[in-house]
Amino acid sequence: MSEPDARPAHRSPSLLLGVLLGGSAGTALRWAAGRALPHEASGWPWGTLLVNAVGALLLGALLEALVRAGPDVGRRRALRVVLGSGLLGGLTTTSALALETVRLGEAGAPALAVAYAATTLVVGVAAAAAGVALVARWPRGRRS
Amino acid sequence: MAPGAALVSGAVVVLVALAGGVGAVVRVVVDGEVRTRLGGRLPWGTAVVNVLGSLLIGLVTGLLGGPAAPASDAAAAAVLATGVCGGFTTFGTAVVEVLRLLEQRRVGAAAAAAAATVVVSTLAAALGLVLGRAL
Repeated sequence: MSEPDARPAHRSPSLLLGVLLGGSAGTALRWAAGRALPHEASGWPWGTLLVNAVGALLLGALLEALVRAGPDVGRRRALRVVLGSGLLGGLTTTSALALETVRLGEAGAPALAVAYAATTLVVGVAAAAAGVALVARWPRGRRS
Repeated sequence: MAPGAALVSGAVVVLVALAGGVGAVVRVVVDGEVRTRLGGRLPWGTAVVNVLGSLLIGLVTGLLGGPAAPASDAAAAAVLATGVCGGFTTFGTAVVEVLRLLEQRRVGAAAAAAAATVVVSTLAAALGLVLGRAL
């Protein structure tokens, strides 16, 4: 890799270009999930919950795999930034979660609003932990 | 859906995706700069982008998302809300950081990071929505 690691990732033009591409792909997938699972303001936002849970699982797995593979430099750092911060950061969202929670409350379902936010948080942390555990327990020989 | 409408919605998807990419780049830069200044002991960078992005999505939705809003406003709202705000904020990183803090037995810090993600961000979105409707 020609990437000079002396420069922090967030000031590297090539890594930021990768974040632009990864973030665009993640956003397109999130948009598609929202289209596939539409909901009323008073209904449970399955689309956002799905992308947040899947994204948390994959991010937990990715970061654990990279930590096990070696130090955060060169290609491993590029993968972390482009796939982790770009693709999975763009796939998951907190702004939609926050707005949907407010709208559930406004739609006369404050209990559902609290349940939605709490469920997303618990499912998200559990999904991230499951992603870490899956990689941690992966048989050594099968890991490249 | 008429072919013309499908074409327009196709263009909107591309704009939403690109806006999400731009939002992600701004997130990485803001997170990195906050981290550089405040250090990495607490995930301040993620908290800042998530609260700021939630305020912004409320503002955009309040400004453009009224019941009588024209279709062009709906498209703009999709690009700004789903695209820019969605790409700028992140949930995956936030919960991984909560998990790491829990693993380090820093329960108070984990609770604070979790509260920034769900409670403070929701309050920010509500504030943005009220401001956007008032403007």
